[in-house]
Amino acid sequence: MRYLLRRLGFYLITAWAAITINFLIPRLMPGDPVDLMVARMNGQIDPDAIESMKKSFGLTGGSIWSQYWDYLGNLLHGELGRSITFYPTHVSSVIGGALPWTIGLVGIATVISYLIGTSLGVVAAWRRGTWLDSILPTTTFLQAVPYFWVALALVMVFGVSLSWLPVSGAYSLDVTTGFNGAFVGSVLYHAILPAITIVVASIADRVMGMRNVMVTTLGEDYVTMAEAKGLTSRRVMWRYAARNAILPNITSFSLSLGFVVGGSVLTEIVFSYPGVGSVLLKAVENEDFPLMQGIFLIISLAVLAANLLADIAYVALDPRTRQEA
Amino acid sequence: MAGILRSPKIVAGLLILAFFVVLAVFGPLLVGADPTKTSGVGLAGPSAAHWLGTTQSGQDVLAQVVYGARISMGVGVLSAVIATALSIVVGLVGGYVGGVVDEVLSLITNIFLVLPALPLVIVLAGYLPSRGVTSVAAVIAVTGWAWGARVLRAQTLTLRGRDYVQAAKAGGERPWRIVFAEILPVEFPVIATSFLATVLAAILAEAGLSFLGLANLSTVSWGTMLYFAQNNQALLVGAWWWFIPPGLCIALIGAGLGLLNFGIDEIANPRLRTVLPRRARRARRAEVAS
Repeated sequence: MRYLLRRLGFYLITAWAAITINFLIPRLMPGDPVDLMVARMNGQIDPDAIESMKKSFGLTGGSIWSQYWDYLGNLLHGELGRSITFYPTHVSSVIGGALPWTIGLVGIATVISYLIGTSLGVVAAWRRGTWLDSILPTTTFLQAVPYFWVALALVMVFGVSLSWLPVSGAYSLDVTTGFNGAFVGSVLYHAILPAITIVVASIADRVMGMRNVMVTTLGEDYVTMAEAKGLTSRRVMWRYAARNAILPNITSFSLSLGFVVGGSVLTEIVFSYPGVGSVLLKAVENEDFPLMQGIFLIISLAVLAANLLADIAYVALDPRTRQEA
Repeated sequence: MAGILRSPKIVAGLLILAFFVVLAVFGPLLVGADPTKTSGVGLAGPSAAHWLGTTQSGQDVLAQVVYGARISMGVGVLSAVIATALSIVVGLVGGYVGGVVDEVLSLITNIFLVLPALPLVIVLAGYLPSRGVTSVAAVIAVTGWAWGARVLRAQTLTLRGRDYVQAAKAGGERPWRIVFAEILPVEFPVIATSFLATVLAAILAEAGLSFLGLANLSTVSWGTMLYFAQNNQALLVGAWWWFIPPGLCIALIGAGLGLLNFGIDEIANPRLRTVLPRRARRARRAEVAS
């Protein structure tokens, strides 16, 4: 319990840090984003939009402290300002529309990558010194492949050359949106390539992480003992070794979540997938600073929440963390 | 030293990296041509005149790959140098000084470890007034130092209590001299591995930023090549020679750096070595049984 409370405290501080970084970036960077914006639009910008930008930055005059308080107060009310690109839509509703797509895609792809990668890691560690060691150069290569390049290659092969799968969007435009068979089918069909991209580009970390922990576990006495008792190797491998090796792997997994999320931003852009990644690019291209910052904040908070969940899972699975208090 | 060169992983990694360093340094002399020079034949496949074909506007892809190596690797190394310097200062000072200073530095390190790096880089780059090579490298470094700092702090903690450090302390050495002249050199192997990993992360980040059009698009890097390939529908017309080489180069450099790191890890932690008694033991057992 104490462990969890300490972690919770850490995530709260980190969330506060993310919020504060978000507040400080426009102030530390040279030039006032609002003035920049106004200058670029040659005065053709709606006064309301200027006001909304100033508000979302907390550039409401007064000392930096009172600006900070205004900014925190706005956040508490879920007020992230209005998007410039989608004016007058609120930043929060733009993000709200994009978030389910990203969470669905990244969530499912991450689970698949974790299941396959972890199993491969267990087997690779168990069969060291066999042909399976050739998995090592492959994983080093895969660990270094840029996500968006994998996406481009898949689009080329399965989308353009073979025309098996759609190469952009999240569903085809000729189905009615809503919870009906045709729509759900179309969504799944469109998610195949982006999901494969995320799995391919992130699986190597899982394989290597699991393999290395598993190798250490295989050296433990209780594994030798289990082997000496004459248990089947499958039983020793999964029940004795893998079960214990998986715990540290959960922690390394939660740390790599940030990378999966960052990578999926690029993946979404290649596939024009309507998630937060595509919206982030649109925001940056249009110098839509309120939207940009809102997205960074939401992505950070989502990663923190996922990390917290991983910590809870860790405590639930490892009795030692519970005894600590 | 001889032991290091006996590891096939280290040798393979070094060879791959050496190839790319030579390519970046001397390559432009060989391909000669200006990578942005256009010619009449756009989107031509590989041929004797253009080994890797041409882009939409008839630029030579091979020349772009070769010149791109300079920018991509340059940004990677530059930001890794900045990030490593940061991680050395934060990790060593925190680990050696301890107390409140350490608590604060560790907290900052852990925060930067958890925050998603690429979205932060994208937002920072979005605010950059000019996107030169150095400013892009600096932005990437800001998000890339935390892992190294954490590892170095752990190392410093174990070194802090060693006799020779205590002796230096008792001898009245100044703290900064102990940290940077006594502790730092011992940590060199750790710094080297974390530097290599940071170079890869920075090359990937630069490629990602350029691919989004957020770096300087007038310079040729592997990332900007991919940006122009994507934006000129290279995929839809099947111009694989335009986007396969730059991505492959990034992945190969990464594989080289990864192999080198593996090799070093295996020397440090013999259990990770692939040649293993388990199978040999089993074979022996089978022999005895028969």
